[in-house]
Amino acid sequence: MTDGKLVFRIIKDRLFQAVVILFSFAMIVPLFLIIYYIIRNGISVINWEFLVSLPKPMGDIGGGIANAVVGTAMLVIVATVFAVPLGVCAGIYLSENKKGRIAYSVRLCMEILQGVPSIVIGIIAYSWIVLSMGTFSALSGGVALAIMMLPVIVRATEETLKLIPENLREASLALGVPYSRTIIKVIVPAGLTGILTGVLLGIARIAGETAPLLFTAFGNPFMNINIFKPVDSLPMLIFNYATSPYPLWHAMAWGASFVLVVLVLGLNIVTKVITNRWKVRF
Amino acid sequence: MAISFLDNNEKDSIMLKAAVLKNRLGSETSMREESQPEQIRASFLSDSVFKTALNVSAVFMLLILAGIFVTLVLESIPSIKAAGFSFLTGKTWDPVFREYGTFVFLVGTLVTSFLALIISIPFSLAIALFSGEYFRQGVFSSFLKSAVELLAGIPSVVYGFWALLILVPLVRTFEMKAGIIPYGVGILTASLILAVMIVPYSASIGSDIISLVPSDLKEAALSLGSTRFEMIMKVVFPYARSGICAGILLSLGRAIGETMAVTMVIGNSNLMPENIFSPANTMASIIANEFTEATGDVYVSSLIEVGLVLLLVSLIITVTGRYIINRTSMQQ
Repeated sequence: MTDGKLVFRIIKDRLFQAVVILFSFAMIVPLFLIIYYIIRNGISVINWEFLVSLPKPMGDIGGGIANAVVGTAMLVIVATVFAVPLGVCAGIYLSENKKGRIAYSVRLCMEILQGVPSIVIGIIAYSWIVLSMGTFSALSGGVALAIMMLPVIVRATEETLKLIPENLREASLALGVPYSRTIIKVIVPAGLTGILTGVLLGIARIAGETAPLLFTAFGNPFMNINIFKPVDSLPMLIFNYATSPYPLWHAMAWGASFVLVVLVLGLNIVTKVITNRWKVRF
Repeated sequence: MAISFLDNNEKDSIMLKAAVLKNRLGSETSMREESQPEQIRASFLSDSVFKTALNVSAVFMLLILAGIFVTLVLESIPSIKAAGFSFLTGKTWDPVFREYGTFVFLVGTLVTSFLALIISIPFSLAIALFSGEYFRQGVFSSFLKSAVELLAGIPSVVYGFWALLILVPLVRTFEMKAGIIPYGVGILTASLILAVMIVPYSASIGSDIISLVPSDLKEAALSLGSTRFEMIMKVVFPYARSGICAGILLSLGRAIGETMAVTMVIGNSNLMPENIFSPANTMASIIANEFTEATGDVYVSSLIEVGLVLLLVSLIITVTGRYIINRTSMQQ
């Protein structure tokens, strides 16, 4: 009798384990399906021509995504230029002032900012920059992306600088080095890889964002390198082509998806390699 | 004298660090030896400039967030004036007749997100148990972890595109077989793709929390003769409950704010959805669809007010989740 109960309990245990394993690996199925379709449909479109030429008018075979690649690069650069100095400074502030009302509110503020839906950030950049300049522009898209990037950079900087031991700073100050030099030449270089990781993660987060660009960078079928004019970007191009009814444009969108996924996942992998190899440790 | 309290290792490491520092700062320290009063003053000046820069950047963060709220509220004043409270309860969204009721979108958002959440919970719990309890190390665990990270890294527009071309026909076939109007697009399709997108978040938080359960508690349960399943049910889950809930809340917050993938597959209908197969619209997707085409102050302002409502809903959820997580990790 007791044996039967025991067997039942063991069976239940094994069954549960099997279910856990099954459900865990079931989640890999969509990942494989997505990557499979992107590779299968994307790789046939991709060639040098695709990367360096401009989109052709509808109906013409060929054409490429050069404008979107350049646009994405511009948006990322603008966002990085805005977000990195600000974010790193704020991160240093947080690690220098661990307690205090401002530090507490900045931390809370970063958590809230991370939770703001991306489309709302698009509205904000629209009302701050597009309305005041009177035109959609790469600048406004870059600012929207910078706002999304800030929390990642601030958090990474703060977390990294927290790991730097106190005696390093004390040694530097004891040598008579001014406070600002101590931070810039001792503390920040010691945590540089951590900060770099944060920046790369931030870029990976924004490179695939579409929603904040819908009414800021807007999209543009022509090549444009003026940051005060609308630009195209890879995610916008995928969105526009994907929602069109033409198979030819769908093929282009697969190609662009391939490029975008390789870009974003590549950034993630580089970040991982950096963290593993040059980990900040003391 | 003080040095003698340290053991040799520590002494060595301090000497080493001092040597490294001297090397790095070589030029400055030699300068300081014969330092002039002006140089000292200059360094104090740069110190105060530096500190001001830090303070300004920290305060700037607060200003950005405050600016976001102020802008949204200011821009939605025309709509608040025009519609008042019926903005939230009105069931008709018809810009042509200047009727702006967002109840339909509120329902669309909540139904889509909760459905996605319900679909995703078994998977994220399984992954959390897999990498937090069953297989903490090893090839399988790291394989699963990288797979989940990959899922989190894929841009949402790519999810949307894939769902539009692959998932929508599948759902349509299913609907035809089941005898429902075969839209293909709709709440169910959006929830399915959303579920895939939010699993990584709740799974990674869940596995972190589950691996924090003290092993002496688990060992005590096992030594009393419970099976691993009973141990998980009676020790791990009760202990990790609040953390797991917080992870689920955070992923719900993400689902509510998610725009692109949902916009592409939800079908964009402004009518009240009849069942989970019918097309609908969420708050995020209505903004994405109509913002650039909106004409007239009240129309634009209504869309911005939708954004404000969306922000508030997702903030309440995210901040609650974060609060619970911070509290639980503080206890440990």
